[in-house]
Amino acid sequence: MSTAIEIAQSRSSSAMYAGRPQVLLERSWLAFRSTTWVPIFTGFIEPVLFLLAFGYGMGNLVGNISVGSASIDYTMFIAPGLLATSAMNGAVYDSTWNVFFKLNESKLYKTMLSTPLGPMDIALGEITWALLRGLVYSIGFLTVVSVFGLTPSVWAVLAIPAASLVAFGFASFGMAITSFFKTYQQMGFVTFVLLPMNLFSGSLYPISVYPDWLEKIIMALPLWHGIELVRAFWFGNINSGILVHIFYFLIMIAVGLFVTSHRLRALFLR
Amino acid sequence: MNTGIDVVRIARFGALYIAAARFRSMFKWRTVIAAVDIGNPLFYLIAIGIGIGVLVENNSGTSGTSGIKYIAFIAPALLASSAITGVMDECVFPVIEGFKWRKLFYAQNATPITGKQIAIGVYLAALSRAVFSVVIYYLLLLTFNVVDFGISILIVPIAIMAGGSFGAVMLYFAAKVEKEDYFFNIIGRLIVMPMFLFSGTFFPLSSMPIYLQPIGWISPLWHATELGREAAFEYGLSPLVITTHLLFLTAVTVVGLILSIGQFERRLAK
Amino acid sequence: MSNPLICVRGLTKKFGDLTAVDGVNFEVAEGESFGLLGPNGAGKSTIMCILAATSTRTSGTVEILDKDPEKFGPLVRAHLGVVPQQDNLDGELTVSENLFIYGRYFGLSKKFINNKIEELLEFAQLQEKRDVKVEALSGGMKRRLTIARGLVSEPDILLLDEPTTGLDPQARHILWDRLFRLKEQGVTLVLTTHFMDEAEQLCDRLVVMDKGAIMAQGSPAGLIKEYSSKEVLEVRFGSERNADVALVLRNICERMEVLPDRILMYADDGEKLLEEITVLKLHPTTSLVRRSSLEDVFLRLTGRTLIE
Ligand SMILES: Nc1ncnc2c1ncn2[C@@H]1O[C@H](COP(=O)(O)OP(=O)(O)O)[C@@H](O)[C@H]1O
Ligand SMILES: [Mg+2]
Repeated sequence: MSTAIEIAQSRSSSAMYAGRPQVLLERSWLAFRSTTWVPIFTGFIEPVLFLLAFGYGMGNLVGNISVGSASIDYTMFIAPGLLATSAMNGAVYDSTWNVFFKLNESKLYKTMLSTPLGPMDIALGEITWALLRGLVYSIGFLTVVSVFGLTPSVWAVLAIPAASLVAFGFASFGMAITSFFKTYQQMGFVTFVLLPMNLFSGSLYPISVYPDWLEKIIMALPLWHGIELVRAFWFGNINSGILVHIFYFLIMIAVGLFVTSHRLRALFLR
Repeated sequence: MNTGIDVVRIARFGALYIAAARFRSMFKWRTVIAAVDIGNPLFYLIAIGIGIGVLVENNSGTSGTSGIKYIAFIAPALLASSAITGVMDECVFPVIEGFKWRKLFYAQNATPITGKQIAIGVYLAALSRAVFSVVIYYLLLLTFNVVDFGISILIVPIAIMAGGSFGAVMLYFAAKVEKEDYFFNIIGRLIVMPMFLFSGTFFPLSSMPIYLQPIGWISPLWHATELGREAAFEYGLSPLVITTHLLFLTAVTVVGLILSIGQFERRLAK
Repeated sequence: MSNPLICVRGLTKKFGDLTAVDGVNFEVAEGESFGLLGPNGAGKSTIMCILAATSTRTSGTVEILDKDPEKFGPLVRAHLGVVPQQDNLDGELTVSENLFIYGRYFGLSKKFINNKIEELLEFAQLQEKRDVKVEALSGGMKRRLTIARGLVSEPDILLLDEPTTGLDPQARHILWDRLFRLKEQGVTLVLTTHFMDEAEQLCDRLVVMDKGAIMAQGSPAGLIKEYSSKEVLEVRFGSERNADVALVLRNICERMEVLPDRILMYADDGEKLLEEITVLKLHPTTSLVRRSSLEDVFLRLTGRTLIE
């Protein structure tokens, strides 16, 4: 028997998982290498623009915001919210439009599933890539914010893993939803749902300005948890409350991975 | 003699024929268009207008917004912004599709229809999209008492002018696109988003540092926003300033259209 | 005798009410070049997907290397090279990157793949194109690359679904040459085609399929011998006369097929038959004597031509 096959066989593999999600990252890296930095740059610039616009322009109108007992500068208030929002947007973009293309146009996943790779390898690999890109955005944003002197303390560094958790949750959930979509109209729906969540989840103002019932709805949405989580680390307000947010995202990740891998199986191995 | 009259007729109907064809295909997407063109500004109006409105009122009242309630202050800007993105979509996608993806324009140009007529036809159809969504949006503003009926109705044509001037320029760029790889990315994130944020949409342009203000000066959105605020409220622009704003929008439209027509003709002749 | 590499028994696949594959049996031995010949819609691709462990069956048994592909999908796929009907190269990558990453999907080491890539580029005659994005390749090049890609893991079995459909004659011949080399190297090939010349050239043994069922199986020569005569005389009398003339011709020929544009007459000696026609003073507008082919076998079995 050939060496190649021995190597392939030496790995244990089940029907769902060949234990090789990292080859998806290798593939993404190869594809990414030959692209320009345009999408990365523009993805990074967006939260910075928001920060500039709302920080400078709105700061004068709005003044200080009270978070807990402290009263903080408006720009300082929105920075962590924008970090969480951009983590979400980056992850969602990668796990929806990119995934849609590979599912329905290039049929890349179908090709991958004709090799020993399993659906779980694909789901984990793609989601991790989305996560890594989100991480690059987050680090870039944090750097800019630090240069502007808007970080309250070095503990703000912890907001990066928090933002990554947010990105992970949205990436796996986004991929799961995308696996059900067949047309571009349905994809447009994703963008359309994201906008109100972006706007209402309290990145630009505390949701306490809203009536009780609306506040409750917003608190059920994932982005609010993401923003609260990142903000807690940002300002060093670590308390048991953040466990709820972390738990929320762990559930999202688990559900997303489960649904995605089973959908891939149903779509391409039937 | 007859032939002369025929040429005039074809010249006249050619553009309308193209517009009608575009209109039919837009009609298929009417729900999506309505949702995006009306939903987006409405979400911004409700989220930011109410959310940040509360913060602004608690802090500085209406002193920062020329005595206008915050939500009313941003309404004309959002209306113009919606017109701009709507017209832009219809000036960009169909043109890239027509020249590149499906090469429809070449087929149309093989009939007696000229490049100029195709350019104008696409442009007219794009404007009709703005008319549709702006009128509905204005009615919503009246319903919610954000503006009072009266001279404020002028914000409708002003918004359409804004869409028309930006659309005319985008028509030119779309007709130049050979490789669309990052076109949408760059347009969306490096042009439309900064324009949206730095045109005095959410706060007076003058509250920005001076080096960021030029973004507003060259942006149709800012000119339309200023005009719109003048129409909707007692904003106190001098006739000279009003004339300047109007001239700017008209000039951009004319230049954009002339460039577009030239580019359409050149590209179709290639 | 060693076990066959592939063993298919009573294989049936239904898509809703449609039975795409209907009780198919066949075996493929090691080193064999095995073909599925049939017109569009015969169910060839469906069978290939089941063999490739990317599709499930409705009933029947399938064993590949003594394993059920449905139960041991990844394990079975690790031993297969798959060339689908539609090229599915990775459009975002270059030629060599396509080979590289595909090997990585199989869990092969980078060192192993990098050595292998040279060999495969040579095989596919794409050395000059190694750093070119695959979008820039011609149809024939893409096809060769897809085949080379299927070989990166040194598979026990190479599955080729319509390897040359859609290619121009020159590209087809290059490809046949490549496949012939593989055959010589002892790679087990399973290929589908609706071209009888391709089946004759490449297959040691084949099954003739129609409407999901196997009509006959054997070697190309054996099938021709069993289902056709040695030679075929093709005569044309113009589309209006064909039918009338055919009535007369029945007297001098045991078996013939009347097609819309021509009449096929089966005989051991075609020239002799043509003389007899001339004697009858029926002057065909054109005539041609040729050896029997698999096309004639298919016509005999189904009453239809392969390509309609
Ligand atoms: N996924 C599918 N769903 C429904 N019908 C299918 C599907 N795939 C193939 N078929 C049908 O099964 C039959 C056999 O198809 P196929 O195996 O592709 O034939 P071939 O490859 O011989 O041309 C055809 O009638 C085809 O329409
Ligand atoms: Mg087929």
